[in-house]
Amino acid sequence: MIGRSNLLTLATLVLGFFLSAAVVQAAEPVDPLNSPMWEEMRGQFFGLARYKFDSRVKVSVPSVVENQAQVPITVDARQLQDVRKIVVFADLNPVQHALTLTPHEAAPYVSFRLKVEQATPVRAAVLTGDGVWHVGGEFLEAAGGGCSSPAMARNKSDWSLTVGNTRGRAWRQPDGMSRVRMTIKHPMDTGLTRDNIPAFYIEQLRVRSTGGKVLATIEMREPVSEDPTLTMMVRMPLGEKLIGVDGRDIGGNLFSSKIDMTWRESSLNAPNRAE
Amino acid sequence: MLPTVLSRRPLASEFDSVQKRDVDWADRRAFLKTAGVAGGLALLPMFALEAAPLRYTLKPIEIAPGAWMLLGVDEAITRENGGAIANITILDTREGAVVIDTGPSRRYGVQLAEVARELTGKPVVRAFVTHFHPDHVFGCQPFGARALAAPQGVIDGLNQSGDDFASAMYYLAGDWMRGTEVVLPGRVVEAGYEDIGERRLRTLVLGGHTDSDLAIFDERSGLLIAGDLAFLDRAPTTPHADLSVWQKSLKTLDEISFASLVPGHGPMEKAPRALRQTSDWLKLIEERIRGAFDRGLDMSEAMGEPLPSWTDKIALARYEFERSVMHLYPNLEANLWPRVDQAN
Ligand SMILES: [Zn+2]
Repeated sequence: MIGRSNLLTLATLVLGFFLSAAVVQAAEPVDPLNSPMWEEMRGQFFGLARYKFDSRVKVSVPSVVENQAQVPITVDARQLQDVRKIVVFADLNPVQHALTLTPHEAAPYVSFRLKVEQATPVRAAVLTGDGVWHVGGEFLEAAGGGCSSPAMARNKSDWSLTVGNTRGRAWRQPDGMSRVRMTIKHPMDTGLTRDNIPAFYIEQLRVRSTGGKVLATIEMREPVSEDPTLTMMVRMPLGEKLIGVDGRDIGGNLFSSKIDMTWRESSLNAPNRAE
Repeated sequence: MLPTVLSRRPLASEFDSVQKRDVDWADRRAFLKTAGVAGGLALLPMFALEAAPLRYTLKPIEIAPGAWMLLGVDEAITRENGGAIANITILDTREGAVVIDTGPSRRYGVQLAEVARELTGKPVVRAFVTHFHPDHVFGCQPFGARALAAPQGVIDGLNQSGDDFASAMYYLAGDWMRGTEVVLPGRVVEAGYEDIGERRLRTLVLGGHTDSDLAIFDERSGLLIAGDLAFLDRAPTTPHADLSVWQKSLKTLDEISFASLVPGHGPMEKAPRALRQTSDWLKLIEERIRGAFDRGLDMSEAMGEPLPSWTDKIALARYEFERSVMHLYPNLEANLWPRVDQAN
């Protein structure tokens, strides 16, 4: 890690650069997704802090929505250095904020599934150490696919028996990071449906090393899909083999899991191009 | 917050207003296009557009003596094609016309009935429904429950999901769907034989594309009408698929000595190529998706996995592969990873 004083110097330099740039170029950045909600989103998520639209923040959305309750979203800001926080939101959802990742010892990367109400920009705002928010996003077309396919009716009545059940796996990547994938049983009720079910969702997950070091924190909100399914990449301290995940929902339930790192080397980048 | 548009049972009035707005908007766009060309005369074409009723272009292709098909387009369901993406078969018999699948909307069904009467000179006495997907069943209304026939599994599926499919179709195809409602077939098709006039139809009640899939073999013409158990040069869809059951059904169909095969989507052929290609595709996506899952890829990453070059010639290959990732991944995640919570 860079020392704090170096960081401050760096921050001052960068700040100075941007301030002078701001004087030269006074115009506000223009939202590439041209959303009517942009100014409101900006105010809600970073107030008057400096921001820019940055193509190095990559947001992946599917080209077709099969299930509006489970839309796969991936945010990848690994091209940026010194990432402090990633906030993911969807402008046109009733609750815009979906998730915040604080990657203490983790890659600035997260995959999860999002509920959407309608076609909407899906964005990630990435805060770097210099205090600047880097904003990336994609427009999600919410039209469903052909030959079907509404969300199948789900029987939610038995959730209390399985809530907190967690399945997962980890892979050691060639770059030395550990990739964690997991799914936690939870209804993730929004409190906004017509059936008057109150809000009930997991609000925080904390990923720890065996020695107790916090590697990443994830805050979740109502728009994260039922049975949250996440992919992260954390930096495990040398020699440690267990990744711990502690969770808490707004009902005060606590969840705890341990994912074993030992059982398989990743073949993520193995050649698989033999057509 | 988020009852999905697709799963919500719509109130009629809700839909009316939504549809009206959408149609107005579409017309305005068309108007703007026209205006660019016609300048000051643009108002006239706009009125013409608003007055013109939507109409499908149905071109029957004769595929055997007294047998025709209406070829669906190799596209996803859109407001341009009105959902007419599936193949429809028409058979002439002494007793009357027989249709197999009815298309995506009431409007389509009405036109199908007209075409069948023109071709055979007789009304439709029987309309078979191969499975519960909306591009095959929403033309049922003009035929009435007593002429409509399907396996019990298809009827049950429609009963359960029909309203949801209808709202999804209104959303996707827009005004083409006006007046369309779910009609449950009144006749249950069992596996076996049924004689209609001079034709003996073998009914095969199978599954895999959905829980219940009907295929029909017409012994007289040698036509095998496979429904969506077979696709040709158009990628198969998997929203309700069980891949291993589907593979077994393909084997069953391959054992029939048919003269030609009408797939659910794609052209008719005298060779069994549709069965082989569908089987190859299912094997391919199963391997690719399972491989991506085992390597720890998330859904978004899995959707970008490479496809072999033989799929370049298959319409909608990448699109359907992405959809299949979304259909198949959740089951893998829910079942193949070990439990890691402490309560365990
Ligand atoms: Zn189908």
